[in-house]
Amino acid sequence: MMLLTLLLLLTLSAYYLGLRRAVSVAGGPEEVRSLHSRPPYYGVLTAIWCGLPALLIYVAWQMLEGRLITYLALAQLPPELQTLSPARLNLILNDIRNVIAGNIAEGQISPAIQAAAEHYRRLQTISSIASGVVVVAAALAGLALVHRRIHLRLRARNHVERLVLWLLVACSTVAIFTTIGIVLSVLYEALRFFKSVPLTEFLFGLQWSPQMAIRSDQVGSSGAFGALPVLAGTLLISGIAMAVAVPIGLLAAIYLSEYAGKRFRGAAKPLLEILAGVPTVVYGFFAALVVAPLIRSAGQTIGLDVSSESALAAGLVMGIMIIPFVSSLSDDMINAVPQALRDGAYGLGATRSETIKQVVLPAALPGIVGGVLLAVSRAIGETMIVVMAAGLTANMTLNPLKAVTTVTVQIVTLLVGDQEFDSPKTLAAFALGLLLFVITLGLNIIALKVVRKYREQYE
Amino acid sequence: MNNPKPKTIEIVKRGLARRYRAERRFRRMGLGAILLSLAFLGFLFVSIVGNGYTALLQTELQLEIYFAPQIFADTEVGNADYSRLVKEALYALFPQVTGRSERRSLAGLASSGAAFELRRMVLADRSLIGQRQRLWLPADDDVDMLVKGHLERAGGRLSETQLAWIDQLQAQGQVAKHFNRTFFTAGDSREPELAGIWGAVCGSFYTLLVTLALSFPLGVATAVYLEEFAPRNPWTDLIEVNINNLAAVPSIVFGLLGLAVFLGVFGMPRSAPVVGGLVLALMTLPTIIIASRAALQSVPPSIRDAALGVGASKMQMIMHHVLPLALPGILTGTIIGMARALGETAPLLMIGMVAFIVDIPNSFTDPAAVLPVQIYLWADSPERAFVERTSAATLVLLAFLIVMNGLAVVLRRRFERRW
Repeated sequence: MMLLTLLLLLTLSAYYLGLRRAVSVAGGPEEVRSLHSRPPYYGVLTAIWCGLPALLIYVAWQMLEGRLITYLALAQLPPELQTLSPARLNLILNDIRNVIAGNIAEGQISPAIQAAAEHYRRLQTISSIASGVVVVAAALAGLALVHRRIHLRLRARNHVERLVLWLLVACSTVAIFTTIGIVLSVLYEALRFFKSVPLTEFLFGLQWSPQMAIRSDQVGSSGAFGALPVLAGTLLISGIAMAVAVPIGLLAAIYLSEYAGKRFRGAAKPLLEILAGVPTVVYGFFAALVVAPLIRSAGQTIGLDVSSESALAAGLVMGIMIIPFVSSLSDDMINAVPQALRDGAYGLGATRSETIKQVVLPAALPGIVGGVLLAVSRAIGETMIVVMAAGLTANMTLNPLKAVTTVTVQIVTLLVGDQEFDSPKTLAAFALGLLLFVITLGLNIIALKVVRKYREQYE
Repeated sequence: MNNPKPKTIEIVKRGLARRYRAERRFRRMGLGAILLSLAFLGFLFVSIVGNGYTALLQTELQLEIYFAPQIFADTEVGNADYSRLVKEALYALFPQVTGRSERRSLAGLASSGAAFELRRMVLADRSLIGQRQRLWLPADDDVDMLVKGHLERAGGRLSETQLAWIDQLQAQGQVAKHFNRTFFTAGDSREPELAGIWGAVCGSFYTLLVTLALSFPLGVATAVYLEEFAPRNPWTDLIEVNINNLAAVPSIVFGLLGLAVFLGVFGMPRSAPVVGGLVLALMTLPTIIIASRAALQSVPPSIRDAALGVGASKMQMIMHHVLPLALPGILTGTIIGMARALGETAPLLMIGMVAFIVDIPNSFTDPAAVLPVQIYLWADSPERAFVERTSAATLVLLAFLIVMNGLAVVLRRRFERRW
């Protein structure tokens, strides 16, 4: 931390040194016109060369330091400790770190570890001093290099602008790295999962019970990883959600864009958007606290046996959440239909609703379908509502009154809590994540294609 | 000419009433859809407010506490048996109660937080020792629920004798509801009457700070590059496709990324705001990029031409003219992205931010919960008293979101320019 502050101070002074040097090279404040660039650019250039390489060295050092020191400290341990299993070695390492942090009173542990802790501490001191020297040296070297090269013809602005451009390019690649990171991390763990469970069983198996036994003779010890029932539950809940959201959202969009007056539209549209802004965890709480008991008691009065975690409750609330999504996308699409089409229909004597049903909607249909596909992908990936309101056991059913589970619920239940990273149970979550990613990606790509094609049609 | 064939206008007229009816029906369906959605919205808010407002008050018992010197005699002040002070005060109110188990259920009327309250008071002012004071101390959550009317008397949570004691205390005016300060100042707790949201608010604050610090500069830089510099080539297309797809990837997948990469590969701490902030930053990045690009596009070319015309370089034109003019739009998009990040839960579950954390986080690496996760955790708790606290926490979260979105609207209204 101190080193970073020092570096910041150095960079700031580099700016002033560069600025002053540029002015003095030009021959005083009156003569700065003879410089190639405005004086601050010389300052910025000096500052960048002083700060940036030093900062990179510092970051690299920080990343490598821990591993190197650990390695060196372990190499110093007595041989009988070095041959221990990696897990035990980790415990010893923890002891060493605790001694250094002062969490364990000295004297409670073996002298070997005591000595190792001493060694570790010495290495840390050496490393921190060395890193300080190297970083400051790099900063000063960069400063001196640029400072000496400042003269009238140095194109400081071009240099600075090129560096800034490279910075912008670097920032824009973050999106690519994020996608690569998602694909690699999910794929890597999923492949490990498919080593123990064959892909065909995962995709076409009809049983899902990811509990792995602690003892081998326990009931259901093998665990079953067939994703179909989970997928069926996801589709059931998403289907209910779409059955709620598409008609309501579409009708709302039609009313807003074709019938509503300016003031009504101005008031209703933001209110609908609020529905989209409510956090999903609030919907989940609402579904579990209010909607599910309501549906359950309604079912009881007409003699139906409704599960308290019924797919209907989760789907209904999810549908409410998606209404504004469907309505705002359809609204855009309906507004994109040229007025000339409507005028043509009116001219033939059609009423407004006939125009909408027979001219506007067919014209907007591809766009609306694209929007609905996007909404489906959102429903499939939605997590909190189903985690709080849907069930945990995988049921292969189409009955909306029964409890079903979804892909996202399974990911959350498998991964929340402490567990080892390499049991099939945790890895199964990544396989489900891969499935989810592929499905939503496919839906999005299709939907974006459809929407884009539709937009081009009327442009 | 007596033509049996009716005139077209007659056919049209015959069908007109039916067609107008269909028109009205269709129109009413549209209006109905909007009203239905708004009714859902109203129902959601009413049920949450209705469940949550009672959490603003907490039932307290008025007890006469005697800070008996012998309790502080042998130990340090901080380690004294404060719960005994509370118990003695309750026993003094009902001297007829002598049985061991009866006394225990009597002591159960007061919250275990009452002892902490006394400890805090004594640590702040040692001269209390030896004094006798009438104090309002928090009641147990079951008593709280009973007084607020959420608990059936015959529900079995409280015994007959306990109910009688409470009735007597109420008759004596020694039970009252006061403003629930604990809820706004405490961290999480297993006891509903001691649980508060301050820890989660702090956690959310640190997490959002990391998110903002990363996603704002990255997002704006990306938008500037794509909008102003990027040549039309496959590489640029690849970036754009990636951004559009990331905007639609389910949030839980970002959580998987955080779990595998930030925790697994980089070995960052579990449950820490810094990891949560990183994950949420990646998640909000597409939102900010898309909003910033729209804002940059809306700056008219005449501004750019004028800047270039007086000799500015392209970078100067962007930094000195285009970016400042686009800034209100960029900030609006950023606030909306931050609001979404504030309400996000699923990816944070993946990186272990669901732990039960009592302490209030003080740095970016302390284990912390955030507001929505706190809501999720409380919603899972079986105690009835947590229902109203969950609803109240939801209200706080919604209040933050409304303020943020309101800010975005104000910003847009105030700085929006039509060129």
